[in-house]
Amino acid sequence: MTKNKEVLLKVSKLKTYFPVKTNKFGKKPVLKAVDDISLFVYKGETLGIVGESGSGKSTLGRTILKLVEPTEGEIIFEGEPIQEQKGSKLQQTRNQMQMIFQDPFGSLNPRMRIEKIIEEPIKMHTNLSKIERKARVRELIGKVGLSEEALKKFPHEFSGGQRQRIGIARALAINPKFIIADEPVSALDVSIQSQVLNLMMDLQDEFRLTYLFISHDLSVIKHISDRIAVMYLGRIVEMGTKDALYENPLHPYTKALLSAIPVVNFEKKREEIEITGELPSPVDPPIGCAFHTRCPFAMDRCRHERPQLKNRNEAQQVACFLYEDSEVNKESSILEV
Amino acid sequence: MQKYKKNINLLLGAGILLLFFGMMVVSYFYTPYDVNSMDIPNKLQEPSKTHIFGTDEFGRDIFSRILKGSQTAFIVGLLTVAIGAFFGVLIGGIAGYAGGLLDEVFMRIMDALMAFPGIILALMLVAVFGPGIINTSIALGIIAIPSIARVTRSGFVQQKESEYVTAAKLIGVKPYKIMFKHILPNISSQIIVALSIAFAIAMLAEAALSYLGLGVQPPDPSWGRMLKDAQSFLISSPWYTYAPGGAITLLVLGLYLLSNAIRDIMDPRSK
Repeated sequence: MTKNKEVLLKVSKLKTYFPVKTNKFGKKPVLKAVDDISLFVYKGETLGIVGESGSGKSTLGRTILKLVEPTEGEIIFEGEPIQEQKGSKLQQTRNQMQMIFQDPFGSLNPRMRIEKIIEEPIKMHTNLSKIERKARVRELIGKVGLSEEALKKFPHEFSGGQRQRIGIARALAINPKFIIADEPVSALDVSIQSQVLNLMMDLQDEFRLTYLFISHDLSVIKHISDRIAVMYLGRIVEMGTKDALYENPLHPYTKALLSAIPVVNFEKKREEIEITGELPSPVDPPIGCAFHTRCPFAMDRCRHERPQLKNRNEAQQVACFLYEDSEVNKESSILEV
Repeated sequence: MQKYKKNINLLLGAGILLLFFGMMVVSYFYTPYDVNSMDIPNKLQEPSKTHIFGTDEFGRDIFSRILKGSQTAFIVGLLTVAIGAFFGVLIGGIAGYAGGLLDEVFMRIMDALMAFPGIILALMLVAVFGPGIINTSIALGIIAIPSIARVTRSGFVQQKESEYVTAAKLIGVKPYKIMFKHILPNISSQIIVALSIAFAIAMLAEAALSYLGLGVQPPDPSWGRMLKDAQSFLISSPWYTYAPGGAITLLVLGLYLLSNAIRDIMDPRSK
């Protein structure tokens, strides 16, 4: 467990709402992309954020980096609240937090050589001389497994996986502590995905990085994460250590997600939960539990009251009324390893 | 490289432009006859070996005047494009990148400017500031701003959401650097096309203004003015119009061909 670890990032009651344009007078609807999220990220770990598209996981990442202004709530990085930071103060924080992007084709400027792309952050934030900078760029490109010849080329001369490596090199250029990876491998072939994931894990060990890893792919999340948070419609419905969450999913949504992973092992019977319907609109989310419209176990209470994320056992937190009355489903937690 | 060779628009357009550019350069050092020396006995001569495009109503060699006129055309064209490009890219870039109120204000001003028919606006400006090469260029440059600003703005709007821009923001690159070092090179092809079209329009407009007697003033030769002068002799000496009319047509055609070719070549989808 991660109890005695140092907290790097604390997010509390974070809300990011976007105004939605309509013709109606008087009423100002908002899109609740991130709706009251609280979480911790411990130093050196990888927190995986998983959820279907539209669940607000990317917005969460972007809000933490303040690329999107939070509507409410606190973002505390290394003990310092950053939600109000601006200008050079914010930049100092951002130098500690970098991002790896989803689209390996869009995230590198097509008109810049790789050397310039990686050198840019070094040039802006260090006092290294030109020769030292070049040396640093060469070191970085080697760290991500590309040859020095790559430096003279333009982004379009590389494959998706290679570009993602370049993106990683750029993110690492000024030695950040915390990296938000927004679906970094979802645009890549499966064979390349694992290479990039393994590279990220190696670099994590080498530079003691902390990752917030956003993905919709459960197997990718399982591969890289220490802890996992499951998002649904802008809220975290369940959060826990990887082993606990995969062995013993508590929330009906998590169960449904996990039962959707195809398996080869037919011996081990699993609980199968099917959910139907579409993700409700985040402009007009269901009252009460966001998942009640699709939940097979929905009770009357779920339609009126919003469940809070509560500790279920020492490894898991869940936001579901099924577990409110803590003794009800005792037998399911026996499975925990 | 293949697509450069096969592009007939590029070959023709660049060829025509080079031809006129060469003419302009040559005219600074050499013209067959003195541009302004009159020879009344030999006025309105048909094209011949001594005067290949003939002579005008004062007996001046038309070929020499066409050569010299290319200087006017290029100066007006380049100056117009320079003014239009500078302000157009600046206004369009800021409007597109900043968005919001600034975008709204800038673009409505551009719309207002566009609402005037170009030539009328140019006439007005020239009437206020007086004729001449520089004033004509300034007037035409102002007219060229809105179309260049629009192209630039749409490019910036499109590019500013790209992840490479987000990445640059995260690194802390200053907004003006993001605008001009990151985004601008990525929309240069669209802007170059807009500029070459503005160049062609400027030449046509200069010819039109000079034709109306408001552009370049005599004795500086201008193709538009030559056309105006030739008009009086259209029945008796129709060949007088061929050279200036042909020069204008050919150069504008060359510019349009070239701008088409640039668009085709630089369009990433054609790669």
